[in-house]
Amino acid sequence: MADKLYVGVDVGSSATKVVIVNGKGTVLGKALEQSGMDFVAASKTALERAVNDAGASIDDVAHITSSGYGRKNVEFANDTKTEIACHARGAYQHFREAMTIVDIGGQDNKIIKIGADGNRLDFKMNRKCAAGTGAFLEEIARRMNVDMSEMDALARKSEEIVTISSFCTVFAATEILSLIRQGAQTRDIAKGAFRSVVKRVIEMDSLAGKAVATGGVVSHNPIVLELMAESIGHEVLTPPEPQFSGALGAALYAVDEARQ
Amino acid sequence: MADEKKKPIFRKINATGPCKKIMADHFYELDEAAKSGSRKIAWCTSVGPAELLRAMGFLVYFPENHGAILGATRVALDTIPIANAAGYSPEICSYLTSDVGAYMKGETPLSLAYEGITEVPKPDVLVYNTNQCRDVKDWFMWYSRELDVPCIGIESFCNIEISREPHIAAVSRQLQDLVPALEKISGEKFDLDRFKEVVGLSRRCSDLWEETLQMGAAVPSPLTFFDSTILMGPAVVARGTQEANDFYELLIPELKQRVKDGVAAVDGEKHRIYWDGMPIWGKLRDLSTTFLSLQTCVVASTYCNSWVFSDLDPANPFDSMAKAYTDLFIVRSDSAKEEYILEMAKIFKIDGFLFHDAKTCPSNSNNRYGMPERLAAKFGVPSVTIAGDLNDLRLYSEEQSITQIEAFVEQLGEK
Ligand code: SF4
Repeated sequence: MADKLYVGVDVGSSATKVVIVNGKGTVLGKALEQSGMDFVAASKTALERAVNDAGASIDDVAHITSSGYGRKNVEFANDTKTEIACHARGAYQHFREAMTIVDIGGQDNKIIKIGADGNRLDFKMNRKCAAGTGAFLEEIARRMNVDMSEMDALARKSEEIVTISSFCTVFAATEILSLIRQGAQTRDIAKGAFRSVVKRVIEMDSLAGKAVATGGVVSHNPIVLELMAESIGHEVLTPPEPQFSGALGAALYAVDEARQ
Repeated sequence: MADEKKKPIFRKINATGPCKKIMADHFYELDEAAKSGSRKIAWCTSVGPAELLRAMGFLVYFPENHGAILGATRVALDTIPIANAAGYSPEICSYLTSDVGAYMKGETPLSLAYEGITEVPKPDVLVYNTNQCRDVKDWFMWYSRELDVPCIGIESFCNIEISREPHIAAVSRQLQDLVPALEKISGEKFDLDRFKEVVGLSRRCSDLWEETLQMGAAVPSPLTFFDSTILMGPAVVARGTQEANDFYELLIPELKQRVKDGVAAVDGEKHRIYWDGMPIWGKLRDLSTTFLSLQTCVVASTYCNSWVFSDLDPANPFDSMAKAYTDLFIVRSDSAKEEYILEMAKIFKIDGFLFHDAKTCPSNSNNRYGMPERLAAKFGVPSVTIAGDLNDLRLYSEEQSITQIEAFVEQLGEK
C-alpha cells in the first residue's frame, strides 16, 4: 500500500509553496507557484505538481494543512495554522534546538523565538509597511532597472558603503534617485538595500542566541545571511530549503492533526 | 474537505436594551436642551469634572463618546481626512480628528441612530482635564474658537507613581477655581450639598461598574471586553445620575445568574486574555467574532477599568475628586501601570496580554516603553502587540493583526 501523504500548503503574498511528507515527516515532494491573484488556483496547481514530484497519487493524501497569508483561501485544506506556527515547526524540524527564527517574506517579516523543545516563546511581525521586506528589495531593483535575480551577485561586487536610511519604501526610492544623481554605483546601492533590510529586521527584536533565517528573500539572496551575521556579530544559519520552511511546518502539523 | 467550523454564537446580554435606552435618553435630553435652551450644556472630557458640572445644573456631553461612535460607525474614515486637511495631523488623536472633521462636514452619526437629532448639542462651556493627554485641550480649543464658547479646565499631572498631597491640593484648587466661572455661565449658585449628592451617586456608579467588570474573573467569564465596551456607556455618559446606577443594578444580577449557571460569553472558553490599550472601534464586531471562533475570551481591559473611580468620597468632594482623577491608570508611571496590570492578570486568571499600540493615542499605548518584554521576563506571561488605532482604520492592517492573534492563541495552546 502506498504511503499516506500529508500536505502543507503555504500561501505567501508572492509565492505559494507545497510540501508533502509521509507519516514520519520525511519530505516526499514539493512545488512552488507564484501566488498571483488567484490563491485557489495557485495552491491547486502547486499541490498537483508536488504530488507528481512525490511520484504519488492525489488519492493518497490523508490530510492538508494550509498556512500563510492566503491560508483561509485554500478550500481543500482540512485545517489551517498560522505561518508563525509553521515557520517555527519547519525550522525546528531541521535544527532541533532553541533558536530565534527570522523569516523575511514578500510583504512581511517575522521573528519567532522558540525554546529547546520547539515550543514557541514569543513572536513579532513587522509593522504594516513594506520596510525590510521582499517588496522593498523589488522596488529598489525596479528603480535601478536591475532584475531581482541579479541583485545578490551585483551587491557582492560592491566596494563602497552606501546607506539607505529611510524606513519608507517610497522615500527610499527617492533617496536612491538622489544617490544615483550623486554618482553612486548600482552595485553599492544594491548592497545598501540589503543592508537596509537587515537593519529593519534587527531592530524588530534581539537576535541573541542561535539565529536562523528563512523565507524567499534569504533563499534567493544569501548575501542577507552574511550581512545579518556581520551586523549581530554571530553566525546566521538557514535550513536547506529556506523558502519551503513554512510549508514543511504545515505538512508536519498535518501529520499530527491526522493522528488526532 | 474544509473543516466545518461551528458558527460562533453571540450570547446577547439582555440588559443591552436598557443600556441603549439610557444612551438614547442622554442624547435626546441634550438635543432638546440645545434646541430649546432649557438647560445649559457643558462639554466635558471623559475623565474630566463631570460631577461638578452636573451638580451645577449642566447637562454633560462627552465628545470622546461621540468620537467612539464615529469610530464604531466608521464615519470617522470620511471625517478624519477633513481635519487632516485643516492642519490637524493624522498623527494626533483620531477622536479629535474624526470629531472635528465631522463638525466641519456638518455630520454626526447620532442622526443615524436617533431620529430627529441632526447635530451635536452646542455647548455653553467646554471643560477639560489634561490628566489623559494634551489632545483633549487642543480639541476643545478648536471648538472654543469655532463657536466662541469659553474653554476652561484643569491642567493635570502625568506619569506619577501615585498621587501625593501636593498633587491633590493642586488639582483640588483648580477644581474649586472653576466654580465662579461655571456659576456665571449656568446662572446658578454652587450648592455644596448637591455636589456631595452627585459625587455620592457617581461613587456608587463606579462601585457598580467595578462589580460588573469583576464578573469577568469567573471561569468561564460571563462577559467579554467587547460586551463591556457597550455596557460601559452609562458609566461614561451618565455617572452621577440615578439612572446609571439603576442600569447596573439591573445588569449585575443577570451576569451573576450567568456565573451561577456556568454560562460562558465565549463557548468552550480555552484561553483568557487581557486587552491593554484603546478598543479598535470600527472592528469591534470582527475582533469579537475572531476571539469567539478561537474560543478565547478577552476577559478584562485597562480601558474599561478606567471608569472606576473608587476614591470618590461625598464627604470630601473636591479633594476626593482630585484624587480619583489623578490616580487614574493613564496618569501613572510605567512601573505603577505594570504593577496594576499584573494584579489584573492574577485577579482575572489571564493566560496572556494583548497590547494594542494605537498609533494616534500614545497615552493609551502601554507597549512602547518595554512593558511586554518586562512582563514576559519577570513573570513569564506572554503577550502580543498589534499595531492599529482607535478610529483611523488606515493605520490598521487587519490581515496581519488577525494572523498575530491567531498565532498568539496557537502559542497559548501549545504551552
Ligand atoms: S487619551 Fe488618546 S484617545 Fe483619548 S483623547 Fe487623548 S489621545 Fe485621544
